[in-house]
Amino acid sequence: MTTREFRELFPILMRKVYGKSLVYFDNAATSQRPRSVVDKWVRISQESNANIYRAVHKLSAEATDAYEQAREAARAFINAGSREEIIFTSGCTAAINTVAYSFGQAFVKAGDTVIVGEGEHHSNLVPWQLLCERTGASLQILPIDDKGHWDLSVLKGLLAEGKYGADAEGASQRVKLVAVTHISNVLGLVNPVEAVIRLCHAAGVPVLVDGAQGIVHERVDVQAMDCDFYAFSGHKVYAATGTGVLYGKKRWLEQMPPFLSGGEMVGTVTLSHADFAGLPHKFEAGTGNFAAIATFPEAFETALLAREPEIATSYEAVCSYLEDALRARGDVRLYGDTGNPAGQAVLTGEASPAAYRRAGVFSFTIDGVHHEDAAQVLDKMGIAVRSGLMCAEPVIRHFGVSGMLRASLAPYNTMEEAESFIKCLDKAINLLR
Amino acid sequence: MTIAQKQEELVEAFSEFDEWLDKYEYLIEMGKALPSFPEEKKTDERLIKGCQSRVWLDAQTVDGKVVFSADSDAIITRGIIAMLIDVYSNRTPEEILQADDRFIDQIGLRENLSPTRQNGLLSMMQTIRQLAETAARTQA
Ligand SMILES: Cc1ncc(COP(=O)(O)O)c(C=O)c1O
Repeated sequence: MTTREFRELFPILMRKVYGKSLVYFDNAATSQRPRSVVDKWVRISQESNANIYRAVHKLSAEATDAYEQAREAARAFINAGSREEIIFTSGCTAAINTVAYSFGQAFVKAGDTVIVGEGEHHSNLVPWQLLCERTGASLQILPIDDKGHWDLSVLKGLLAEGKYGADAEGASQRVKLVAVTHISNVLGLVNPVEAVIRLCHAAGVPVLVDGAQGIVHERVDVQAMDCDFYAFSGHKVYAATGTGVLYGKKRWLEQMPPFLSGGEMVGTVTLSHADFAGLPHKFEAGTGNFAAIATFPEAFETALLAREPEIATSYEAVCSYLEDALRARGDVRLYGDTGNPAGQAVLTGEASPAAYRRAGVFSFTIDGVHHEDAAQVLDKMGIAVRSGLMCAEPVIRHFGVSGMLRASLAPYNTMEEAESFIKCLDKAINLLR
Repeated sequence: MTIAQKQEELVEAFSEFDEWLDKYEYLIEMGKALPSFPEEKKTDERLIKGCQSRVWLDAQTVDGKVVFSADSDAIITRGIIAMLIDVYSNRTPEEILQADDRFIDQIGLRENLSPTRQNGLLSMMQTIRQLAETAARTQA
């Protein structure tokens, strides 16, 4: 399949805005949906709409089947060991909050430590801040350097001080969990999460990976990665909105209390007490967003199509053209440095790899031009980009700016679009100076 | 020229352009023509809340009239505040408080700004009215 053909799967990409062809470069915020996903979403609503799990009738059986097929699709997509480890949520944020609450409830006490990355989206920062406020635990930061690379020596230091993970009792200072992002929504670099996981596991500390962007750009195998939790949203990876997945290792999920309660997540209920259903239902209180979740098989199939060599190669060419064109402008500062001028993939597997890869996310500032002005003018040229703090204020502040512009691509974006973007950027800059 | 006349003039000027890019350019030119705003006046008290780009607005009363000056770190925002100053500055507090701001919608400006900037625009108008009220009170 060619990029052209792949692109044609997405009806919205044919539309015009302000009479101009749409150039959609805000894929890190949400991807577009292929026709197959929209059709499934509608079909469940039109033909099989009934509450899942609860009834014996035909429609309920169909809706429940579709829901469970979606669970199997998610399991296969990230190669989880079992369906019990796939919890459906409303999104990545809800998935992370579930862990912050439930894991926190089970394991985090005053005097403990939780470590988060400096480059996190607010969704993987604020839940941990609140957990620490609630429990009296302390929040420590895994810092990034000016390239946007993690300083793993700091992590080693923190782990050496703490030494004990969630299993440890009685230690004076305990690192209970490390929560880091697979790919930052600002810097777009593929972080060496495997190295972090190895270091943490050597100290007995579990790791949550925020995979909101990682799931889009990387082949995720949670067993090979060996993360303890992996959280992502459906809407960034072609699925319907209001969907998400929390993958968790069974041994942790079993020890965690439910986050929300009610609905089908219970076992036996008396007026004074309830015991809980098994995994994954224990963490799925209330009626799930079943028509939207049902789009997972089609969405993940689309993601796999995009990874076929012909499309992947042309996507890489588009991305490296964009990186070169932005770097060629003396007045543009691109953030997140692969540390590898040739742009080659060099993940060495060492604790602190010298070079990172960039995954289709380009955040930059333009000397003398406010990011919001540029985004506004580009919009009128038919180009959709993000501007501002991008829900990741600490990382924006790290680079000493008040906001950035972000062009984030998907495999359906073409070279013509990238070239048009660079031309329009040039025009916008001239207008705004 | 009254406020209403000034507003009408602006609506007409913007209607000359078909493309919004050209309208932005016109706004940007207004922003560039705004007299420079002293650095020491860029204080938090003068910062308008609710804008993503920073906008500072200052008001002085001279001979019973409110004289506004302003600046912004974003050039389109600077154009917007320049346009508002063009309309509302150098007027008595009563004139400002009696005037409306329908011309903004007639120009189509609101719908052609991002939601954050729409909020910003709203805050700018509110601040202009508040400063006029303050001026009215201190005069009374
Ligand atoms: C890295 C990262 N984490 C978390 C999130 C939150 O995702 P959602 O808003 O879909 O819950 C996002 C979304 O922008 C993200 O990019």
